[in-house]
Amino acid sequence: MILNDEQIERYSRQILLPKIGGGGQERLLAAKVLVVGVGGLGSPVAAYLTGAGVGTLGLVDSDSVDITNLHRQIIYSTDDLGKAKVEAAKVRLERMNPDVKVIVHKLRLTSANIMAVIKDYDIVVDGTDNFPARYLINDACVLAGKPLVHGAFFRFEGQAMVIKPGEGPCYRCMFSEPPPPGAVPSCQEAGVLGALAGVIGLIQATETLKLILRIGEPLVGKLIIFNSLEMGFRKVKVPQDKNCPVCGENPTITELIDYEIFCGIKKKESE
Amino acid sequence: MSIKVRIPQPLQKLTRGQEEVEAAASDVKGLIDDLEKNFPGIKDRICDGQGKLRRFINIYVNEEDVRFQQGDATTIKDGDEVSIVPAIAGGAQ
Repeated sequence: MILNDEQIERYSRQILLPKIGGGGQERLLAAKVLVVGVGGLGSPVAAYLTGAGVGTLGLVDSDSVDITNLHRQIIYSTDDLGKAKVEAAKVRLERMNPDVKVIVHKLRLTSANIMAVIKDYDIVVDGTDNFPARYLINDACVLAGKPLVHGAFFRFEGQAMVIKPGEGPCYRCMFSEPPPPGAVPSCQEAGVLGALAGVIGLIQATETLKLILRIGEPLVGKLIIFNSLEMGFRKVKVPQDKNCPVCGENPTITELIDYEIFCGIKKKESE
Repeated sequence: MSIKVRIPQPLQKLTRGQEEVEAAASDVKGLIDDLEKNFPGIKDRICDGQGKLRRFINIYVNEEDVRFQQGDATTIKDGDEVSIVPAIAGGAQ
């Protein structure tokens, strides 16, 4: 891939960076990233990856734009209400940057379809809102050997981590099993500060760009915790667990699991 | 003995909204019991019926996950910072 004059100008402010340069930009344009959940996290992730010129962006979401989304899902506008999120996002993102090919997957990931969906991408970004999806995505990425950029938030606090299967711990090394239904309130019940979702999403976007560019130190083996009220970050160490049910020495999970959807109002959709 | 304990958002109802509380203990087990004394109900959120840490909540002493130390026998000393960190799921909604 050779950058054309317009691309050199469009991306000049990041091409200028010594760790990126023209070669890095070409790498970005050749990259294929899947964003699962185009909501509070997925919106800023998709917007910044589009701006940076990530060449292929897959978007997975089965929802439509709702008015309660707009305070934090910043790629949607009031006139997108009722439209499929992936379709509205595609229009917006391709308008932002025509270099980016947006592929829409208007579906909910299940054990039956996830491997086929993630297969064509280099990196998966988890912006989902429920535990069944998070564990499914973690397990699928471990089994497929795909890097996964995790992010989650709750009220005023968020978490992010990068999972590089084979090189570091996975989500189950940290939390081996999802909480039982009702043990942890969902965002629908709990509320969230919109800008917090942006902070966590942009940590995910930044880590994704670092993975593509192979620069810096990825957030592997460490969970970053952000508290917006005291405005501070903490990191805790996440060791690889040799007893991890999916990436440990004797894995007990060798097939994908569909946990019951228990996240409040949402019912599992048929494909 | 005073140990700072970071309380995550989902458990702050039990600590009357406090993000950080003080506890006195020499190990993790004692810490959980001390928290329970001051904030009844919190132990049940952190531990299962057998008193073992739940699989979706971790306790870190100065950034180290106690599961990879000595579990609830991990010692804690004055000035240590303990974080209780649960799995959280919010993202798209």
